[in-house]
Amino acid sequence: MVSLLTRASAFDGVELAAPPLHLSAHPTIERWLFRGDPAAVDAIGSVLGLALPREACRAVSAGTTHALWLGPDEWLLFSETPPLVPGPAENSHALVDIGHRQAGFRVAGQQAASALNAGCPLDLDLAVFPVGACTRTVFGKAEIVLWRVAPEMFHVEAARSFVPYVVALLREAARGVV
Amino acid sequence: MSQAFRTARGGSVERWSPVRFTFDGKEMGGFSGDTLASALLANGVHLVGRSFKYHRPRGILTAGTEEPNALVRVTRAGGRETPNLRATQVELYDGLRAESQNNYPSLAFDLGGVAGLARRLLPAGFYYKTFMPSLGAWHRVFEPAIRRAAGLGFVPGRADPDHYANRYAYCDVLVVGGGPAGLAAARVAASSGARVILCDEQTRFGGSLLADTDARIEGLQAVDWVDDVLRDLRGSDRVTVLPRTTAFGYFADNFLALAERCADHLADPDPVQPRERLWQVRAKEVVLATGAIERPLVFAGNDRPGIMLADAARIYLNRYGVRAGSTAMVLTTHDSGYRAALDLQASGVRIVVIADARPGADAAWVERARAAGIRVALGTVAEGTAGYLRVHTVRTRHVETGRIETHSADLVMVAGGWTPSVHLFSQSRGRLRFDAALGCHVPDVSAQCERSAGGCRGVFHLAAVLQDGQQAGEMAARAAGASVQAGRRIQVTAAPGMTGSSVPPGDGPYAFVDFQNDVTVNDISLAVREGFRGVEHVKRYTTVGMATDQGKLSNINTLGVIARETGRSVAELGLTSFRQPYTPVTFGTLAGMSRGDLFDPLRITPMHALAAADGAVFEDVGSWRRALYFPRRGENRAAAVARECRTVRASVGIFDGSTLGKIEVTGRDAAEFLDRIYVNALRNLPVGKCRYAIMLTEAGFVMDDGIVARLSENKFHVTTTTGGAARVLGHMEDYRQTEWAALDVWLTSVTEQWAVIAVQGPRAREVLAPLMDVVGLPHMGVRDGIMRGVPTRLLRVSFTGELGYEVNIPADYAAATWTLLRDAAIAQGGCTYGTEAMHVLRAEKGFVIVGQETDGTVTPGDLGFSALGQAKRDFIGKRSLSLPDMREAERLQLVGLLPDRALEEGAQITAQPAPPAGTKALGHVTSAYYSPTLERPIALAVLADGRARHGEHLFVPMPDGAIPVRVVAPAFVDPEGKRLDG
Repeated sequence: MVSLLTRASAFDGVELAAPPLHLSAHPTIERWLFRGDPAAVDAIGSVLGLALPREACRAVSAGTTHALWLGPDEWLLFSETPPLVPGPAENSHALVDIGHRQAGFRVAGQQAASALNAGCPLDLDLAVFPVGACTRTVFGKAEIVLWRVAPEMFHVEAARSFVPYVVALLREAARGVV
Repeated sequence: MSQAFRTARGGSVERWSPVRFTFDGKEMGGFSGDTLASALLANGVHLVGRSFKYHRPRGILTAGTEEPNALVRVTRAGGRETPNLRATQVELYDGLRAESQNNYPSLAFDLGGVAGLARRLLPAGFYYKTFMPSLGAWHRVFEPAIRRAAGLGFVPGRADPDHYANRYAYCDVLVVGGGPAGLAAARVAASSGARVILCDEQTRFGGSLLADTDARIEGLQAVDWVDDVLRDLRGSDRVTVLPRTTAFGYFADNFLALAERCADHLADPDPVQPRERLWQVRAKEVVLATGAIERPLVFAGNDRPGIMLADAARIYLNRYGVRAGSTAMVLTTHDSGYRAALDLQASGVRIVVIADARPGADAAWVERARAAGIRVALGTVAEGTAGYLRVHTVRTRHVETGRIETHSADLVMVAGGWTPSVHLFSQSRGRLRFDAALGCHVPDVSAQCERSAGGCRGVFHLAAVLQDGQQAGEMAARAAGASVQAGRRIQVTAAPGMTGSSVPPGDGPYAFVDFQNDVTVNDISLAVREGFRGVEHVKRYTTVGMATDQGKLSNINTLGVIARETGRSVAELGLTSFRQPYTPVTFGTLAGMSRGDLFDPLRITPMHALAAADGAVFEDVGSWRRALYFPRRGENRAAAVARECRTVRASVGIFDGSTLGKIEVTGRDAAEFLDRIYVNALRNLPVGKCRYAIMLTEAGFVMDDGIVARLSENKFHVTTTTGGAARVLGHMEDYRQTEWAALDVWLTSVTEQWAVIAVQGPRAREVLAPLMDVVGLPHMGVRDGIMRGVPTRLLRVSFTGELGYEVNIPADYAAATWTLLRDAAIAQGGCTYGTEAMHVLRAEKGFVIVGQETDGTVTPGDLGFSALGQAKRDFIGKRSLSLPDMREAERLQLVGLLPDRALEEGAQITAQPAPPAGTKALGHVTSAYYSPTLERPIALAVLADGRARHGEHLFVPMPDGAIPVRVVAPAFVDPEGKRLDG
């Protein structure tokens, strides 16, 4: 369906320049929160053509569609290409559109992990938090979802109203990062 | 002044890189690699400060962070001023400006010095004795005067222009201290592939090796060996090497705090770089290699400028190429005094005598001294000193014969043995034991995954220290899970071993135990005589070892005095606690990035910019910023709010309600789940309908309220209060997972998915009708729809008492929708309104706000919902509601008040206009406003047995007279609800 309203972005007016890091808003088109029991997990996997990760704190991708394990019955699904998910068919799960609830951006650069460690108290060593690892955590005083996309690239999701704070804190963390 | 005391060669200062600096306005020269202290000494300056209490002239006593005297203020460009820096730690750079502290009008002539003359009037416990009996005078007279006189240095007057960084880090092995033990430990741990962090508080790694000109390690000069090890460590990406970094706190679970100083040593720091960085390190294993600190000796007049720790004098010579004097003598109880004497004598300083308090010293060291032509006087102690701004003579006494001698010297080197730096070990809750042979406390039983190595555990000979460090590194790496090859023995040639023995502290006037706090032997003796026998009590009474000293210099000598006075052994006395931080840490480092806008997240709604453009005045509600009212030209707050309220009642208003918490509840058992959570019956809520609902805590008190809307058989949209959003979701999730795991129900927060625009007023339908389908939607109805291609969730609910809708719209479309609705409302004669008008409108209707009318002790019955939930079998809090206390008639119940003039929220309600003191209030005002609709002040209140008091006349006593109020039902406007249909 084509919208006749102007769509704003959580990043409007948010300065993303954060040298030496590269920050870029992620062009997410659809974003859903899926919660469900094991049968529903299998069902949605076959619909998506992407088996949801069963391992804790791991993400899987198929093309530009991504599924991030957030909890034993909770996954974050998002995609750069619509449509991601058909309407829910059964009741033993929840599939809730959160396309506007939060926003994602990428943090890339040799110092990406160090800068994130200015506000995120997790061990982001590549051996401990490898590519594909994802988790809910905090950055400063904001809750975020952190996903390591590449050794030196992270995907960060924050609730819409926290985006300006999270980005500003990351820009400050980038200053003089070692 | 030329650097008259600089040696021709030697040391590791960069002689090819001269720098200029000023001290108290006087320009001097030094070299890169100097500290402020070494440069001052090179220029012959010993007098650097005045003591804290007596304003005694003081000189540089040490060469490290334990310095108690040389505290200076350093001023940098851009209004940067830092007080109380230790000159021994301040790295010299070109243009550095430093000033002495605690003196007026000048360092050499200080009026405060008269306090020294009145020393007998300032004994230990002076404050307690003098001021506590007359507390009134304390507050009026003494405290302000003392506050002016007390403290050291001044707080900078301007905001700190620098920025500070924070870094969480993890490692397998954290090595604290980069001396020989720490380097050996870090090297072997790193060789195993373990993740290693090595930090040292100094600029250069090496610790004692930096002043060691004799030792050869693995065939290299000591300083070259240090460079070699560091090169290896820095070459590994698994190793983080942090110079200028002090580990200042050891907390639970091997969590340590490190303060890295990044910029203060630079003449022109890069503004991008932080000034300091706080490292919060979680280490699997820790190696403490914090070394040991030489002890001063206690004797009368032991604090004059020119009296210096022997090893400090040796460090200034060997590391900085500075002779701390021309004619020196040594007072010692330890062989290290001989080593220092020999080094200084070889550099051309004349050593007049080594006075050794011990009747017999190690023959090897005595022989070495005598062979070098130095006179050694055994069994000889200091009796007193002379020299006001600089020591010039020392009287010694031969203990056995009592023979007194007077020696002339401008440098007095004191060597009282070594105190292991067990601060971090003690902070880690490890248990110490007193080693009688060493005369100091050493680590005994660890409480965490750490081990001490080298000087900090009483291992002093270089060969043993290196071995100890290597072993500790191996053990730590192995314990952290790395596989370690046992390191081969490190080959060392070094000076012979050194020992000392504890000699009782001396006596007499001005025999200082704690230089920084000006505590003397007499103060401690007095404290003991007055009955303070425990070390903790003596510490508090005399302030010995407090502040930044933390026992570094004073501990063992204090214990020695107490032991002598009480006839107990030092081992029996125990120790005071070592507190964080080990050395002072700036507030900037602790605050880190949490300053200004980054102090706390500020949450704004998607319509914020539009509201701001409309001139909204905002208020902070938790972390949200909300539009409070929208003043027009010339309007004050009261006028704007009144206009907004009247407009809503007369035509229509639109309101940004996006901060409301929202939860989508789905699943076959969603209705059952909500029925258990809320007091209201929700199982029977028809699809397409909403219900106002209240939830209770298990104690039966109102926790939150909101609207529950049934979208389909198994899907609900639930709203919460703005402040309760996270708490309510957590509460529900808690019950879902732990109590009712069998229910098929799923919860998702959609607070920020849906922006909310409330459209309220008799013309609301006209505003919405062109945009969405409102036909047939009844009061308390809900409908999902599409507006211009965008999904909407429309609730017909009213928090104003008027015909009302709440439009939920995906957040990214909220701004565009707001503009449409705002323009439509204006076309209908309406306006935008803010949270204040929202509060007034709901108060006119008697609608409660959780957290305003409720305070955690209010039941649904108290609010007038007695019948709610009665028919239900169960819900959270139901059983608590049946307790006798919860049904008592005397409970505070919600009422309306009609006052004669404006009330204040929180004011008490009484039966009499001027009740006698101690009268129990009947209740209190919870909300008070001017009602534009009624054109009079109104209030909501909770009142004992309030529903039975309707019609009564009561009072709200205020400082300017009681305000008469009439108690009414809590509904001032349209109590029948006729306006809900417009």
